[in-house]
Amino acid sequence: MDLFEYQGKQFFAQYGMPVSPGQVAFTVDEAVVAAEELGTPVMVKAQVHTGGRGKAGGVKFAADIDAVREHATNILGLDINGHLVKRVWIEKASDIAEEYYASFTLDRSAKKHLGMLSKEGGVEIETVAEENPDAIAKIWVDPVVGIDEATTRAWVAAANLPAAAVEGAVDTLQKLYTAYTDGDCDLVEINPLILTPEGKVHVLDAKVTLDGNSTFRHEDYTQFDETQPRDDREQAAHAKGLQYVGLDGSVGVIANGAGLAMSTVDVVNQVGGSPANFLDIGGGANADVMAGAMEVINNDPNVKSIFINIFGGITRGEEVANGILEAMQRVEIDSPIVIRLDGTNAEEGRAILAPNLSDTLMMEETMLDAARKAVELAS
Amino acid sequence: MSIFVDENTKVIYQGLTGSQGSYYGGLNRAYGTQVAAGTHPKKAGTDVDGVPIYASVAEAKEATGATASCIFIPAPGVQGAVLEAAEAGIEFIVSITEGVPAHDEAYFFNKLKSDFPNTRLLGPNCPGIISPGKANIGITAGHIAKAGGPVGIVSRSGTLTYQALYELKQKDIGVTTCVGIGGDPVPGTSFIDCLEAFEADPETKAVMMIGEIGGSAEEEAAAFIKNHMSKPVSSYIAGVTAPPGKKMGHAGAIVSGGKGTAAAKMEALEDAGVRVGQNPTEAGELMAEIVAAL
Repeated sequence: MDLFEYQGKQFFAQYGMPVSPGQVAFTVDEAVVAAEELGTPVMVKAQVHTGGRGKAGGVKFAADIDAVREHATNILGLDINGHLVKRVWIEKASDIAEEYYASFTLDRSAKKHLGMLSKEGGVEIETVAEENPDAIAKIWVDPVVGIDEATTRAWVAAANLPAAAVEGAVDTLQKLYTAYTDGDCDLVEINPLILTPEGKVHVLDAKVTLDGNSTFRHEDYTQFDETQPRDDREQAAHAKGLQYVGLDGSVGVIANGAGLAMSTVDVVNQVGGSPANFLDIGGGANADVMAGAMEVINNDPNVKSIFINIFGGITRGEEVANGILEAMQRVEIDSPIVIRLDGTNAEEGRAILAPNLSDTLMMEETMLDAARKAVELAS
Repeated sequence: MSIFVDENTKVIYQGLTGSQGSYYGGLNRAYGTQVAAGTHPKKAGTDVDGVPIYASVAEAKEATGATASCIFIPAPGVQGAVLEAAEAGIEFIVSITEGVPAHDEAYFFNKLKSDFPNTRLLGPNCPGIISPGKANIGITAGHIAKAGGPVGIVSRSGTLTYQALYELKQKDIGVTTCVGIGGDPVPGTSFIDCLEAFEADPETKAVMMIGEIGGSAEEEAAAFIKNHMSKPVSSYIAGVTAPPGKKMGHAGAIVSGGKGTAAAKMEALEDAGVRVGQNPTEAGELMAEIVAAL
């Protein structure tokens, strides 16, 4: 789950990290009120789940209230890389002497947490990594051991941060690691982490991605789940607890397991078709889940045929078959369905489906044959 | 031979009393797996279809001599279950559960590495392991696998693992062992661990490897194959047409910042001499050609 900048800053603030006071605004009037309360000058910052906001004109300095009104008017409703700006963050402006970069993420190869620190902040870290890799000080943290102050200090020294920034950086980085681990984050990134002319280290931006698997111990994360960017189809699927990614073709895809679902999307493409979606009903899906998945697919107006590809492991064939029949009773499915069913209790499942087969409900022996049939029906 | 587990492997099921645990524990037992015991802190002294339940893994191990465990416990309890098994001296832990937080996985991976170096963890979020005709630990449907070899299978995806077994059975090709390593960010056992074991196993003559988008595990495996493997490998990578920035179900399956694409993985594998299919069926056909030429 990606957080907006303001949510990320509020999250960081809980761990005692230095962020600027600010308020979120959904309208121009709210933005003005916020700026009046905070006192100008302020920054007006678009809140979207994408980078490149500054280049797109989504981040503006406002010296006075008139400027706040002007910038908020321009930024609200702006399209940034396909993301519509629905909210802005009004924040007390900061004076900047220097800009740094700091982050923690999981290094899947090393199987340890990776911290990155650079005195070249304020630009994309990918660019720094390419053009001046030595400017990034990396540290690998064993999750069992954690990171102590001495290690953090050595890391800051390796990044060649100036003496004035050392104490503030050590303190902020240790808090950043605590936020990262306590909060079950996939990523915490501060770009830029600034040094003010007064010599204070300050968090000027926040990028936080939370691990969706950790919500059982973070009940407050449901608030972030509600602000994830999803199209209507993705929202409907999410409400039913389905793993769904919208694509733009005409063959609706339902499969069990992420790998098989990806493979089904691939195979539909390979036989000349175009998938409308990726949908994984997960392990152990029962009749109810299957029915829900079919409803979601059925509501997509682009779908011309539905390919249900099930290989039962923890998912049982008879449950799948019952779910398909239940969905067909519950809602009128507009598109013909092609089923391929193998694995656990596949025989039982096929037996349940057999008497119900028709021009709109077909079964094929193999994944490739079923894909070909579904693509043929969609064209 | 098989790798990691065989007909002599005695297994403790952590969570045998639950609905998934009792169902798949029962199926595994019917397949021939030595299901020695189950554990539940409050149900010691009871049994599940004659399989005795102990309060802890340590007690179950003491009483039965089991060396492996299989975890069917909800995600919040997986870290505790893995560490309990390791502390009890279990050598091979299979964790089926999906939805385990990545930080937990990183923690117990490193904890096992430092404190319990002789314990191998498979998973979490994996289908388990099957040495056809000998032992099936996890949620794979046993009947889709043909016993005997000469092919070993390693896969990051559950359902594609079944698909791979099925493709080979259709072609009357047997399997020594099929390992589902799982699709999470920090799998306990890697492609390379399995490739190394297959390379050392005299009965495995060729290996089928199923990968997917995200991370760099396939590229690392390709480097290992190039430098350390004499046995032929066929492969398939799922997610050729996956859009960037979208998690495709698995926590690990995401193309981000232009990294982790199927194309890059396929290229690395082909460069290592691996025969790469465009879909699971084609990977199976390529393996049939490899087996015919052995």
